[in-house]
Amino acid sequence: MKFDTPATTNPIDALKVVGQPIDRIDGPLKTTGTAPYAYEHHGEAENVAYGHVIGAGIAKGRIAGIDTAAAGRAPGVLAIVTAATAGPLGKGKRNTATLLGGPEIQHYHQAVALVVAETFEQARAAAELVRIDYLAEPGAFDLRAAKGSATKPKESGQTGPVDTSVGDFAGAFARAPVSLDTTYTTPDQSHMMMEPHASLALWEGDRLTLWTSSQMIDWWTDDLAATLDIPKKNVRVVSPFIGGGFGGKLFLRADALLAALGARAAGRPVKVALHRPLVPNNTTHRPATVQRIRIGATREGDITAIAHESWSGDLPDGGPETAVNQTRLLYAGANRMTAMRLAVLDLPEGNSMRAPGEAPGMMALEIAMDEMAEKLRIDPVEFRIRNDTLVDPEKPGRPFSSRPFVECLRLGADRFGWSRRDPQPARRREGRWLVGLGMAAAFRNNLLMTSAARVRLDAEGGVTVETDMTDIGTGSYTIIAQTAAEMMGLPVGRVTVRLGDSRFPVSAGSGGQFGANNATAGVYAACVKLREEIARRLGFNSADAAFVDGEVRSGNRAIPLGAAAAEGEIVAEDAIEYGDLDETYQQSTFGAHFVEAAVDSATGEARVRRMLAVCAAGRILNPKSARSQVIGAMTMGVGAALMEHLAVDTRRGFFVNHDLAGYEVPVHADIPHQEVVFLDETDPISSPMKAKGVGELGLCGVGAAVANAIYNATGVRVRDYPITLDTYLDRLPEVA
Amino acid sequence: MKPFSYERAASPAEAAAAAARRPGARFIAGGTNLLDLMKLQIEVPSHLIDVNGLALDTIEPTPEGGLRVGALVSNTALAADPRVRRDYALLTRALLAGASGQLRNKATTAGNLLQRTRCPYFYDTAQPCNKRRPGSGCAAIGGFTRQLGVIGTSDACIATHPSDMAVALRALDAVVETVQADGATRTIPMADFHRLPGETPHIETALQPGELITAVVLPRPLGGRHIYRKVRDRASYAFALVSVGAVVQPDGTGRVALGGVAHKPWRVEEAETELPRGARAVTERLLAGARPTRDNAFKVTLVERTLGSVLAEARG
Repeated sequence: MKFDTPATTNPIDALKVVGQPIDRIDGPLKTTGTAPYAYEHHGEAENVAYGHVIGAGIAKGRIAGIDTAAAGRAPGVLAIVTAATAGPLGKGKRNTATLLGGPEIQHYHQAVALVVAETFEQARAAAELVRIDYLAEPGAFDLRAAKGSATKPKESGQTGPVDTSVGDFAGAFARAPVSLDTTYTTPDQSHMMMEPHASLALWEGDRLTLWTSSQMIDWWTDDLAATLDIPKKNVRVVSPFIGGGFGGKLFLRADALLAALGARAAGRPVKVALHRPLVPNNTTHRPATVQRIRIGATREGDITAIAHESWSGDLPDGGPETAVNQTRLLYAGANRMTAMRLAVLDLPEGNSMRAPGEAPGMMALEIAMDEMAEKLRIDPVEFRIRNDTLVDPEKPGRPFSSRPFVECLRLGADRFGWSRRDPQPARRREGRWLVGLGMAAAFRNNLLMTSAARVRLDAEGGVTVETDMTDIGTGSYTIIAQTAAEMMGLPVGRVTVRLGDSRFPVSAGSGGQFGANNATAGVYAACVKLREEIARRLGFNSADAAFVDGEVRSGNRAIPLGAAAAEGEIVAEDAIEYGDLDETYQQSTFGAHFVEAAVDSATGEARVRRMLAVCAAGRILNPKSARSQVIGAMTMGVGAALMEHLAVDTRRGFFVNHDLAGYEVPVHADIPHQEVVFLDETDPISSPMKAKGVGELGLCGVGAAVANAIYNATGVRVRDYPITLDTYLDRLPEVA
Repeated sequence: MKPFSYERAASPAEAAAAAARRPGARFIAGGTNLLDLMKLQIEVPSHLIDVNGLALDTIEPTPEGGLRVGALVSNTALAADPRVRRDYALLTRALLAGASGQLRNKATTAGNLLQRTRCPYFYDTAQPCNKRRPGSGCAAIGGFTRQLGVIGTSDACIATHPSDMAVALRALDAVVETVQADGATRTIPMADFHRLPGETPHIETALQPGELITAVVLPRPLGGRHIYRKVRDRASYAFALVSVGAVVQPDGTGRVALGGVAHKPWRVEEAETELPRGARAVTERLLAGARPTRDNAFKVTLVERTLGSVLAEARG
């Protein structure tokens, strides 16, 4: 189905099932521990052996020698895979570094060997017996030191334009009566999903089946085939349940490749999980940024000039963190520029983490907006409202598909009690706590991706949906069931959803908050086809046939749905494909984040007390699962603001705090109260579902809202994340 | 994890004797730290002696008016004991500031004293660490040291002791009771129990090979206000940046011990004479000779500010 004109009324608009806050249909499996995650596929293969991955102990250099003799003699050991024994390997086009290093080492904990044994414990014990001698080479590990050497990165689909310029930024900024020129930094961050990367590989002749934990089934199938240099049709990737991804499982990782290589070497199915301390350096991370923001405005608060530049680092041939992108779209201003520069760093590979670009970009931009509002003596909410734009500021002829940004700001301010905020910082005390309010805009683009699905109707009137879409904890199973149920006139319980298998049609997958809207639109397209076929078989004119309560109805005829499949299952398959509506219109999601924070006047400990997010993201397909997405994102935003930080050892070139003891993320005690409000909105330009992404909107801006609340509480402005007490302890106000 | 042999001890003396006979043996009780370290091959015992059956899990009054806390009393049980809550509130508060409910259910009194440092370089077996592999060097010095020690450090090691409970025990002048390999018993004051790293950071306590902790004795109650303030980046389930344990009497005298700053719970009795003069005076004596790094110099300021807040709370 080609979607190239805005949606009109369609069966989804009935909202009997879609839009209802139903419990997730896979909930019972998860709460009873019976949803099989990647390492828990126990019945699928017999005689499984276990692999343990060895990560490089240096950041850059070469392996001078590997001695596997002692490990090979250890109890239970079946095979040891290294680059020297694996045979020639290709590289997936979405990987920067190779997944199996050696003799060249590109980053710390790059996988250099897999030890396969009868048991997991034997493999792990034997791995300690592998002796590796390295020849370490100096590398670049410090973004601030390498910033001067950064160059203009290559433009790609992921980066968007590297440099943008409209009007005369320099002139307008120089002339602006009120201006701001500040630099912010964000640290490297780790996804730290609960389920580490894990795979089970089974070879049957030259055909490989991989049970794994993947956000993007087709990308993995593609890149695994390319790396192994075998036909894609010989690879099957299965990933029905995923214990979190956040972008860390978008791209093929070492567990998958090494499970396949280990299984080939051992002649047995092999399971591999990355042990937690390996994950932060072995896999991808969100790269650190240095961001310079300049804003010029009239005394009345109209932005006349805005510039955002960002520096980040990555391995050779890697890409930049696109932290400037939202600044092209969020606020008005006739004169504007953005630029990204990329330094070569020999740290592990940087790549997407939840809301890549906007998450760190908004952390900086939205502090800058707070600082500018203060300079202008304008309320921060009003300052943003004043600089709203209903068109793409770079291309004023291009409107937003919908942009209820001001509504989000006003509603949020009202509900949160923003008017009670004292614009003068450090004036509200409660016992030993300094208390402040802060806010920030939320903004994240809505991405359109082709997405296909297959639907089957059986003789009992039940419908089965098959698509390679993944559910990374987001609720994909549920909203897909809701979509099919709405389209076919069934209760959710009559729909079976099968996901995460490369034998199913290729979907959008999960990432970039593009999963929900595109994957359900693909199911919509397939259901339209199924409805047509059912109508045809039952002798209805498909245009007037109504699918209601398990029946097909038209005029005074009503026939049970299953009757259409009495002589055999009906199968329909289609994809949603998009025209140029995202060229004609800018499609984005909007919101506002409000935070109350308290800072211990003595110790400087900062704690969030309450949070509110108001979100406008088109139709909300399931308010319950959408709320879960947003409160999870808000929690991640608190982590980014206050604690999350991969500490770089700039001498040895690695992330030091590479486990969940050292890399702190919020715990329950950090998150006392969260409220989420969704505007009642549809966006017919986005898709037939009239929905947009929401999962990342909940993150973008939260960090800055926390930072601004801390400023309001203390009068201390911190421009380097995370905002830990050591960064401002000596600046806290004297308290009697 | 390397293969190991395992036995259940029949009595404390036999456990100690068995451990002395088997170099490389370790006692195991709650296992909340030891098992993690074994999985990472940071601890590689060849033999485990399970002491959980030794009936050292009671809290009894002593003739001197204190309490004898069995080595196997869980952190949860110790924190919840009504006598401890009433007379040694500092200990209850320190315990509850540590770990999580699940861990405190398993962790024991003796095991808590013997937990290893949380220095990230200690945990990474690809890095040199004098504590993990004596003589290999220290990767932490000059590296990421925000969490590490500021006083009592050496050129070989700047790790800290992570326990909250031990800080309270040090302030309370608790005494560790042990049985040695030859069956003899002895007592070790908390002041002497943990060692500074010096040239031998792998030797962390005064325990001799095979020596088993049987109890921790709390002296007579001190009275006063008991305050434990643990400062950390998140609200729960994190190790202290610094912690301050204090017992403050109505006349302003008292005791102070620190966590998160040294290789042992840090207390300098002479510094306590400055308590009536306030936090700055105490901190100057308490942290005299501190050698912080660029990353953790804030801890010196943080100790003073936290102690100031604790003393204000005690007065209030």
